[in-house]
Amino acid sequence: MSYDYDKWIRPGKLPHIWCPGCGHGIVMKGLIRALDICGLEKNNTAIVSGIGCASRLPGYIDACTLHTAHGRAAAFATGVKMAKPEMTVICCGGDGDGTAIGGNHFIHACRRNIDMTYVLMNNHIYGMTGGQFSPCTPTGAKASTTPYGNPDPIFDISKLAIGAGATFVARTTAFHATQIDKLIAEGIKHKGMAVIEVVDDCPTTYGRRNKFRSVVDMMKVLKDTAVPVVAAAKMTAEQLEGKILTGVLYQENKPEYCEQYAKVIAKAKGA
Amino acid sequence: MAKKVAVIQGNTACALGAVYAGCNFFGGYPITPSTEVAEVLSEELPKVGGKFIQMEDEIAAMASVIGASLAGSKALTATSGPGVSLKQELIGYACIAEVPCVIINVMRGGPSTGMPTGPGQSDVQQAKWGTHGDHATIALVPSTIPEIFSETVRAFNLAEQYRMPVQVLFDEIVGHMREPIEFPEPGELEVINRTAPTVPPEKYKPYDTSFGDVPPLAAFGSNYRFHVTGLNKAQDGFPTTKAEYVDAEERRQVRKVESPENAANIEKNEEFKCDDAEVLIFAYGSTARSARYAVNKLREQGIKAGMFRPITLWPFPEKRVAALGKQVKAIVVPEMNLGQMILEVERVTKGSCALGGVHRVDGEPINPDQIMSKVKEVM
Repeated sequence: MSYDYDKWIRPGKLPHIWCPGCGHGIVMKGLIRALDICGLEKNNTAIVSGIGCASRLPGYIDACTLHTAHGRAAAFATGVKMAKPEMTVICCGGDGDGTAIGGNHFIHACRRNIDMTYVLMNNHIYGMTGGQFSPCTPTGAKASTTPYGNPDPIFDISKLAIGAGATFVARTTAFHATQIDKLIAEGIKHKGMAVIEVVDDCPTTYGRRNKFRSVVDMMKVLKDTAVPVVAAAKMTAEQLEGKILTGVLYQENKPEYCEQYAKVIAKAKGA
Repeated sequence: MAKKVAVIQGNTACALGAVYAGCNFFGGYPITPSTEVAEVLSEELPKVGGKFIQMEDEIAAMASVIGASLAGSKALTATSGPGVSLKQELIGYACIAEVPCVIINVMRGGPSTGMPTGPGQSDVQQAKWGTHGDHATIALVPSTIPEIFSETVRAFNLAEQYRMPVQVLFDEIVGHMREPIEFPEPGELEVINRTAPTVPPEKYKPYDTSFGDVPPLAAFGSNYRFHVTGLNKAQDGFPTTKAEYVDAEERRQVRKVESPENAANIEKNEEFKCDDAEVLIFAYGSTARSARYAVNKLREQGIKAGMFRPITLWPFPEKRVAALGKQVKAIVVPEMNLGQMILEVERVTKGSCALGGVHRVDGEPINPDQIMSKVKEVM
């Protein structure tokens, strides 16, 4: 299948700010394919982000785009969606933005099961500020603020989303480029809160501090650690040690927030 | 037909004023003493097809308001004390991105958790300077229940007209006090909505100054699509670090409020017995209620007192206060803080008259006797 990238790229806004080898560009292409697969209308599509490298994505997409403050994407997006439930609302951003400073907004958007799709690019680091550790930096890894190795345990973003109440949760990696668009498209079509965690890489601020000799090495790790959920079902806990599950991790149908609120309006008007 | 009359508290008047103004989105978080604004709107907004959402925190409430406004809603939040501190980041966002919205601050004592159930007026400088960076501020300070209603309407009008956040500050006293109000009929008070663009969608720029200092604002989900960011931006809405663009945009955003012409449109004051006054009481919000009583009492005692009451606190009514400073021998400024607006009075009167402050931060209102004593002391 061929995709209409040109339709969704905002004229005159490329090149992007991302470093050579960064996974965010792969995710953006996947997102564009998903927009194309879903046949969305530009004027009816809002793309909302926070602050950070990944959050610069909306500027490159020709839609209604909102680059908010650090961590606040889900909260701004909730306002947009509540005001205009007929719009397709997509959030995007990084792991620090979404799960540290924006963690509260992230879990509550999941809890409400509001109809939006959150594409969370997890590159395990604060890239834009130069490589400080995030809640997703592996324990022991080096960051500019963990010169002796990271003492912190990590968040499992997908588990967090499922625990908080998101009704569609999927994970893939920047290596698995063709899966990105499929999962995001499924998330967009799903009625309710969809979280797509895309594990990607930051060669500039994470790779070079953690003995990755090249971007290819980082991509190889993404390839080798990813285990599709179907395959994982046949593997032992020992075999799954250090692996990440990919594919649709969780899906259920539950009442969607804006539809629930429409019932509130009907009740108030009838009373 | 007789108008509808009720005895209601200030917070209820605020909520009903918002509905009158066409508010159709409220994002909030519970906090004393502002919570009744949210409670009333949770009941009233869905009746008119509006949306009410209680968000996970104060920051999220402010974020949802900005998001909803960009999608075309007339949006409101209400908070107090610590909630206002938390909202400052995104009040700044609404300033730079020029998103119309209204923030109600029912002031209590502070800092920090302070005295949640007691009144205060200690956020008046925060209203001006609370968020980081240079920016203009519009803040209104009603002092009666009917005025809370009408000033909430005016706050929406100014937010829509100037495309920016507008703050309404009253305090716990008037927030919770009950007073009679005669509700204005629909159409009786002016209701202003933002100017929508008329250019073809492909020509639209969200910060196009060829339309003046307040560029038309489209809505997400309309025929127009555009980019919004909290970064310094050029007229097309996209980030820039080019010095000439950044400088021009920052200055325009201040000018749209503080230019003499616009400031005059935003300014609103009450002058009570000021014509022949020899001593002036500069009072705002609930404190002005005591000041009015004090003026009458002082006049009975042969002292020519008057009251100047700003209803728009920011931008500060510089010219009028400066002129009155030349007319009177002294100005007394009662405030439920340790001296905030007196600094502005001092700045603009430039030593032309004596100054005296009356300050309370114990959660009790300033009574007329305290004001009268200070007047006699400075005369």
